[in-house]
Formats: sequence, C-alpha cells, structure tokens
Amino acid sequence: MTTASTVTEGTDSPFALSHLDALESEAVHIFREVAGEFERPVILFSGGKDSIVMLHLALKAFAPAAVPFSLLHVDTGHNFPEVLAYRDRVVAEHGLRLHVASVQEYIDAGKLRERPDGLRNPLQTVPLTEGIQQHRFDAVFGGGRRDEEKARAKERVFSLRDEFSQWDPRRQRPELWQLYNGRHAPGEHVRVFPLSNWTELDVWQYIERERIDLPEIYFAHERDVFKRSGMWLTPGEWGGPKDTETVETRLVRYRTVGDMSCTGAVDSDATTLDAVITEIAASRLTERGATRADDKVSEAAMEDRKREGYF
Amino acid sequence: MTTSTDRPADQLSATTLLRFATAGSVDDGKSTLVGRLLHDSKSIFTDQLEAVEQASISRGQETPDLALLTDGLRAEREQGITIDVAYRYFATPRRRFILADTPGHVQYTRNMVTGASTAELAVVLVDARNGVVEQTRRHAAVAALLRVPHVVLAVNKMDLVDYAEPVFAAIAEEFTAYAASLGVPEITAIPISALAGDNVVEPSAHMDWYGGPTVLEHLETVPSSHDLTGCKARFPVQYVIRPQTAEHPDYRGYAGQIASGALRVGEAVTVLPSGRTSTIAGIDVLGQSADIAWAPQSVTVRLTDDLDISRGDLIAPTEHAPVPTQDVLATVCHVADSALSVGQRVLLKHTTRTVKAIVKDIPSRLTLDDLSQHPAPGRLVANDIGRVVIRTAEPLALDAYADSRRTGSFLLIDPADGTTLAAGMAGDAFAVTAQTASETVEAAQEETGWDF
Repeated sequence: MTTASTVTEGTDSPFALSHLDALESEAVHIFREVAGEFERPVILFSGGKDSIVMLHLALKAFAPAAVPFSLLHVDTGHNFPEVLAYRDRVVAEHGLRLHVASVQEYIDAGKLRERPDGLRNPLQTVPLTEGIQQHRFDAVFGGGRRDEEKARAKERVFSLRDEFSQWDPRRQRPELWQLYNGRHAPGEHVRVFPLSNWTELDVWQYIERERIDLPEIYFAHERDVFKRSGMWLTPGEWGGPKDTETVETRLVRYRTVGDMSCTGAVDSDATTLDAVITEIAASRLTERGATRADDKVSEAAMEDRKREGYF
Repeated sequence: MTTSTDRPADQLSATTLLRFATAGSVDDGKSTLVGRLLHDSKSIFTDQLEAVEQASISRGQETPDLALLTDGLRAEREQGITIDVAYRYFATPRRRFILADTPGHVQYTRNMVTGASTAELAVVLVDARNGVVEQTRRHAAVAALLRVPHVVLAVNKMDLVDYAEPVFAAIAEEFTAYAASLGVPEITAIPISALAGDNVVEPSAHMDWYGGPTVLEHLETVPSSHDLTGCKARFPVQYVIRPQTAEHPDYRGYAGQIASGALRVGEAVTVLPSGRTSTIAGIDVLGQSADIAWAPQSVTVRLTDDLDISRGDLIAPTEHAPVPTQDVLATVCHVADSALSVGQRVLLKHTTRTVKAIVKDIPSRLTLDDLSQHPAPGRLVANDIGRVVIRTAEPLALDAYADSRRTGSFLLIDPADGTTLAAGMAGDAFAVTAQTASETVEAAQEETGWDF
C-alpha cells in the first residue's frame, strides 16, 4: 500500500452521521430547496411506504410550520381499501390538501380505454400528467428510488420534464454537488426524488426508527389470493380470478403498494417491523422483481413509461 | 460467477455512508470491478441476475454480461456503451455505499466531474499491462481538481502480468508522484484482478508480497467525514420557517443544511451579505433541540434578534465570516453542449443564492493530459476546463473551493433556457501547482482539442 499521508484507519470521526441521519438530512435539504425555489409543488402520495416516508420527512423539514405542499393521489380505481383509508386518515390528521386524479373517471368518460391485460398502472400516466397541467404544478415530488430499477438508477434528483411530462434520459442536466438546478420554462415541470439515494432496507429501517405508522397490508395477514404470472393477487372486481385460477387463503404481506391488478403479495409471517426488516435483509429478490407485474413487460418497461411521463 | 445471492443479515448493523466514484475507460475493466464489488458483497438479487442472464442469452452471449446490470437505458444496451452516470447501492456489515458509476469514454470529463463532485473517494483504474497512460492522468487531475479527499489507484489485470510486484510498484510510484504533485491528499494503491477476484473483496492468494487492504476493506475503513475543527462554519439559509399560528405566534427559524463546520448555541454570528450580527439562540436538528450541530446536518437555527434574513443569505461565525465579493476567479468545467464565451450573461447559483453574472474573461484553458494552459481561448466548449473571471450583480459570500467544497462551488446557468452550463470552483485549481502547469502550449496546437 502506498499512502501519501497518514490517516487513522477504521475510525469514523465522532461527527460522522449514521447512514440514516445522512439520508434524512439530504432528503430534508431537497424538500427545502423545492419550497424555496418553486411556486406550486405537490407531493405524489400513493399511500405506499415510500410516499409515507416522503410525507414524514416533509413534516420534519418544515416543523413547527405546516408542510407547504399539497398531495396528489393518482387513484387507479383498483386501490386497496386499507390504503385509501390510511390516505384519508393522514390527510385529516395533518390538515393537508389532497388532489385526486382518477383513472376510473377517465375510463368512464371514454378518455382512456381498459387494457386487454387489465393492468391499470400504465393508465396512470394520462391522469397524472393532465392533473399536473391542470393544477399548474411546477415541482412534483415522487418517492422513486434509484435502487428500484436500472432506468431509475439513471434518474437525477431534479428531473426536468417537458410540457408533455416526458423524460429524455439523453438530455438530462448534469447534477453537481448539492446544487440542484430547478430552472424550467412555463408548462415544464421538475420531478423531484428526495429518496433517490435510499434503498428498500433504508426505508424500512427509517420507518422503524421514526415509528411511522403504515397501512396494515405491509404486515403478514390471512388473505384470499390467487396465483397469476407467479404472483399472489387479491381477487376483486378489477378482473380476477379467471375460471382457471383458484382462490386460496394464505399468510401474506405486501412489499410494495400499487394497483391491485399488478401488485403481488409475498408469503410471509412477518407481523412486526423487526420481522419485516429481517425478512427484507435476507430476501434474494428485489421488491419490484418480487411483486410488480408492470415491470416484467419488457427489459425497458420502466424507461419507456418514464419517457411518457410516469414517475 | 456463481448464482449465490445470499445477503447477510448482519448488514443491518451498517452505520456510516460512503459516497465514492469509479473512473476508468472501458478496457480497464471498470464494469467487471463494479460487478465484482456488487456480486461479492452479495448485493445482486436473483431476479436482477436472471434478467441479465436472459438478456445475455438473447443476445447470443454465453456468459452473463455484468455490464447489463449497470447499463440502465435502452440506448446503452443497444450500443453496448455507458452514456450516463448511474448510481449503485450496496452494503456490508460495516458501511453503506453509494457508488457513482461514471462512464469511461463518452462525454468523459463532465461525467467524471458529476460523479466526483459528491464523492469522498475516487477509484482510478489502471490496466497493469499499460501502466499510467494519458487517461489515468486525466482521472487523477479531475479527482485533484474536484478535491476528492481519498484516491484509490486500482492496478487491475494483475493476473495478466503474472502478479509481479515490480510491475505494480512501478505503476504505484509513478501515479503517486503525479497525484501528489497535484495535491491529492491521500493515495492508496491496490493490486487487483477484478476478473479473478484478487484483492477486490477477498485477499489475493497470488500476491503474498502485498500487505495492504483489499478494495472493499479500504472502502469500509477510510474515514467518511473530516475533522471539523479546521473548518469554518457556513450555514446557507434555505427557507424561513414562520408558522404564525396560535401555538407558535413568534417563531422565526432559518432552515438549512450546515455546509461546513459546526454551529453552537450562544455563538456570535454574522449574516451575509448584509453584515448584520446576532447570536444563535437555539438549534433544532429535525425535532431535537441541540447545543451543537455540524455539517451536513439539516437544521433550523433561531437567532436572538429579529433580522431581515431570507433564502440566499449565509450565516457564519462572526470571527470567521467570509468577505463578500462580486469578482470571482474560478476554474470551471464546461458541461453543456453550447459554448461559454467572454461577455456572456449567465446566472450563478452558489449555495441557496442565484444571481446574475457576466463572464468577464477566460484567461486560460487547461489540458488535463499534461496540465498545460492554453492562454485566452475566448470560449469553452463541452468538457473543457478553464479559468474564468466572473462579475456578479450582487455580492456573494464565497469561499475558496480548497476550503469548502460546498461553499466554494457554484453552477453557471443559461438564463434563457435554464441549461446548466458549467461547474465552478472558486480559487486555485490545484492544491499544488505542478511544474508543467505554468508552461503554455503553442497556440497552433490548440486546434487539436481533446481526444476522448
């Protein structure tokens, strides 16, 4: 080993932050940058753990004042009832303002057509982007993490979208130091990802540390499910089970919360945060690989959806 | 490569976070090193590996192509090249890592600058058969310019030089001398074979003569934050928190992330650029009241006096307050496709403050290969590094980049369309000026430009 100067190895300074403190501090910085530079920011809130952590961070960032953002939920019409109940509870508890963009309304109005495969997740893009235009949101917080997917690994923390909400990965601004560039033309907006550098495990450890309340479906419970494409799906009016598919009662939990048509449950007996964290740490599958049908459509499924305006 | 992907449960005990960047051209084996680090630290999941195996087979490849793990864009996979920086995450029982995986050959300098700007450590890869080449010197120069605190020289492909110590020693000596001349504070050279796995995660059985750490061991033990005693405190105000509620009628807090040093309750502070003074009445670290807080904590500071303070102001200890200036001498790395010219009007973003500015002069352009300066280039184009003189419309509380990467750095932005034009570093370019840096090259050679 050649060392130009001597340093003490193996000892972190007493001023070193824990990884959770470092990630929290960075995310809060991002929230405050947006509050300082944009006119009409909004937090995408699905009732999933990442958006719940985002909201928790926003509450801490501006305390004791209120969060200076409203929430936007893209309701696919196939959401888990427990998650909608959680959403409404949180909104009431913190006195927040909630906007809902409804996929069902778009379908009923004939502006969107149901897909043959029944997936509604891809249909979210139109209500989302039109909702952004309608409310003239100029910064849209998303809970996306770079560890989720290889196209997301290429995403900036501040991601400029054109007036059609499109992402062009080849025209991204270099992101230097912590100097986020939020400049945009009228009609354009910036997607902001405060959890970019968090992993699934970080999110769960943070939830445990901060004692953040979650929808019950994240914890093991008895549930009627049936198998499709290797995933345990919840039966419902959304289109399952088919005649060839059999419903059974299993002990399961959800690793991600999305649309019922594309979000699978995993077999689990983890009923506590501790048990969930142990399970995640030992898992051989990514959360998306384990439970999301929409990412399995093609090798570039996420990139293609992001280009169209998905978050 | 095996398909074992057991992830150790003891990674839950990981405590600190290290951000590092890799630099190396494609043939140096960077993808293999990244793949090896992720794989041997058990950070690759079964479904990711299966996806790579399937994609590799469908392309007619016999073995899984680990580069497919990191090439996240359609265009990258189609062309088999890495276009953009990607961020990777992995953990060991001792630490969590954020890896900025910077591409080796397309748009090279701006990508490495992007990755290095937030890195505490840079891994520079060298092919043991080729030794220190121009590309290596560019990597070292960018790391020095960005003042990345720790540099690792990974001498790769040792298996192809019979694991010979003299080969490694010669390369390590040449690189260390060069990097030290640029002021790189700490250099660690490690002989590895990313392909065979020597000294990446596991110690090599082929190089008894090497007594140092493996790459991963070094990443786990290098200090992740610096001694604060030498750093002056800097607190850019991001946002003013004023609830004006019945519960908090008079609360006025200045929210921000401490850029450097530490702040203490009771400390006399000056607010810049106004120069008004006050005392720190309280510090809230995201819900916890504290007597002291330090970089990079996000906090809310309250002062004893109700001053007119807004986003863009800087709070600093009165005895170490910076002197605001409107004349900035800096080194910039030009990152946009459109050029930067003398006389151009730009926006300058420094910490939380964005001001109008004009490029008064571009005295020189640097060639990273030999650190020579081309005088008065008139303009800078993509990937150029040059000295600039900038006049700002309002005073900035700017530090030298050598003293603070956070308060010495800035962006130049195109006011017309918001494009990020350049990454700026105030003050001297290198900690130690290399002998060659003062030499100028004939103007006639300028036209050859850069060869990436």
